[in-house]
Amino acid sequence: MTPTTTTATTTTTTEALPRSASDPTWTELLDPVVTGVGVASPTGLGLEEFWAATVAGSSGLGPVTRFDASGYPCGVAGEVPGFDAAAHVPSRLLPQTDHMTRLALAVATEALDDAAVDPADLSTYAAGVVTAASGGGVDFGQRELQNLHAHGADHVSAYQSFAWFYAVNTGQVSIRNRLRGPCAVLVTEQAGGLDSLGQARRTIRRGTPLVVGGGVDSGLSPWGWAAQLATGRTSTGHDPAQAYLPFAPGAAGSVPGEGGALLVLEDPAAAAARGARVHATLAGYAATFDPAGGSRPDGLRRAVDLALADAGLAPHDVDVVFADGAALPAEDRSEAEVLVDVFGPRGVPVTVPKAGTGRLAAGGGALDVATAVLALEHGTVPPTPGVAAADPRHRLDLVTGRARELPLRTALVLARGTGGFHSAVVLRRA
Amino acid sequence: MTTVTPDPTPATSTTLTPPRTQTLTLTDLTALLRECAGEEEGVDLDGDVLDVDFADLGYDSLALLQVISRIKRDFGVSVPDDAAATADTPRALLDLVALDR
Repeated sequence: MTPTTTTATTTTTTEALPRSASDPTWTELLDPVVTGVGVASPTGLGLEEFWAATVAGSSGLGPVTRFDASGYPCGVAGEVPGFDAAAHVPSRLLPQTDHMTRLALAVATEALDDAAVDPADLSTYAAGVVTAASGGGVDFGQRELQNLHAHGADHVSAYQSFAWFYAVNTGQVSIRNRLRGPCAVLVTEQAGGLDSLGQARRTIRRGTPLVVGGGVDSGLSPWGWAAQLATGRTSTGHDPAQAYLPFAPGAAGSVPGEGGALLVLEDPAAAAARGARVHATLAGYAATFDPAGGSRPDGLRRAVDLALADAGLAPHDVDVVFADGAALPAEDRSEAEVLVDVFGPRGVPVTVPKAGTGRLAAGGGALDVATAVLALEHGTVPPTPGVAAADPRHRLDLVTGRARELPLRTALVLARGTGGFHSAVVLRRA
Repeated sequence: MTTVTPDPTPATSTTLTPPRTQTLTLTDLTALLRECAGEEEGVDLDGDVLDVDFADLGYDSLALLQVISRIKRDFGVSVPDDAAATADTPRALLDLVALDR
C-alpha cells in the first residue's frame, strides 16, 4: 500500500465518523422532536386502543395466562391482549424471534407509519435504532435451554444465537426497516426506556437525523417470572385489583407486565424539511446513579433537577409528572418526598398510568413517554388505574378515578431502575 | 471359522446406525425451509427453485444452519460443517446430502 492510499483511507474514515462534543459543529442545544409513536400495552395494542383505555383508567392486569403461574407467589401480570404475530411479522422472521421481538417489530412499524416516514426515502445511514433491554428473548431462551438439556445440542435452534440476546430488538428493528445508521442498546432496568431516548438524542446531536428509540420487553415465562419475583419487588397474591397500587395506603409491590413503546425522534430541521407532523419536543433528559452501599442522597432528586435545568424550565413550568410509582412503601415515600421538595405539597398533578399495565421492565419508561406525548396533545392527564386515593401522608396531587382535562405545555417523566438507576425526561408540547 | 466371520448385514445394524430408508427430496427440503425459516414475501418455494441461490430465496447462512441441523436429525445423515457456506442452491445442498449415502 502506498503512503498516498493510506492517507486517503484515513481521511475517508475520519469523515465517516459521527461528530463529537469537541467538534464545533456539535449541535449541543438541538432538541429532538417526536414525530412518530407506536405502542404495545396490556391496555391495548396500537395507539388508538391504548389511549382510549388509558384515559378511561382501564386496567390490563389479570391472571397470568401465558404459563401456569398457580404455584408461584404472584399470579398477576399485564399481558398484551390479542397479538397475532403472523399478522404483524413476516413468516421469515417468526422462527427466529421471541414474543417480545415480535411485539417490537409491530410497534416499530406503527411508529414509522405514524411518522409517515419511509426509510427508503432516507440516505443510507440517516436513521438509527436505540432500544432498552433487560434479558433479551426470555421465553425463546428458556425453550431452547430446555431442548438442550432434554434432547441435546443438536436440538437447539440456530436462532438461539441472537434471539435471546439483549441487543436483539435493536438489530431486528434495524434490519427489518433498513435503519442502518448508529445503533445501540441500553440495559438500565426500568430506567432503560428513558435512557434509550437520551442516547437517541445524543445520536441525533452527533449528526444522525432520525433515530427510533424506546423499549419493548416481555419476560412472561417461568424463567422470566422467577427472575422478576426474585427481586422481592413484586406483590404477592392472585387478585389483579390489589396487585399494583402505587402511592396507595395498601401499596405492597408491583407486578410485571409486557409491552412498551418506540418513538421516532428527529432533528427538528430534518423533520421540518420533510414536512413531518411533530407530536412533542424532547426538551430535557438526565440520568443519575446511586453507587452500591450509597452514602449519597437518593439520585432521583438530582435527576429531576438536572433534567429541568437541561430543559431550561423551573419547577412551576411543569404541568404534570408521570411518576415511577414502585408501590413499595419506602420507595413511594422517597419519590413523594422528592416531588414535594421540588414542586411543593400537592404542587403538581402526578399520575402513574403503569398501575394498569404492570411494570414493563425495559419498556416501561418508553410507554410512559408515549403516554405523556399523547397527554400533551390531548390536554388530558390520564388517571392512576385501580388507586382510589393516594396515601395522604405522601402529600401528592395524585390523579385518580377520572382523567383530568388541563392545558398541558410540559410533562416530566420519571423512572427508577433496580440497581441504582434514576432517569428523567422532560417533554414540551409541539 | 465361518461362525466368527461378521455377518455383513447383522440384525442389530438398524439399532446402531440411524435408518436411511428415506431420501431427501426437494419437496422435503422446501418443507423444512418453510418450517425452520419461513418463506420470503414474493418467493414461491413450490416453483422452479432447484438452481436459485438461497440468498435470492431470502435465506441467510443461519437459516441454512437451522435447516441442515433438522436434515441431520430427521434423515439421519451427516452433512459437512461448512455446507451452510458452500451450498448456495437447493440442488447443491441436496447433492451434499446425497454424498453421505
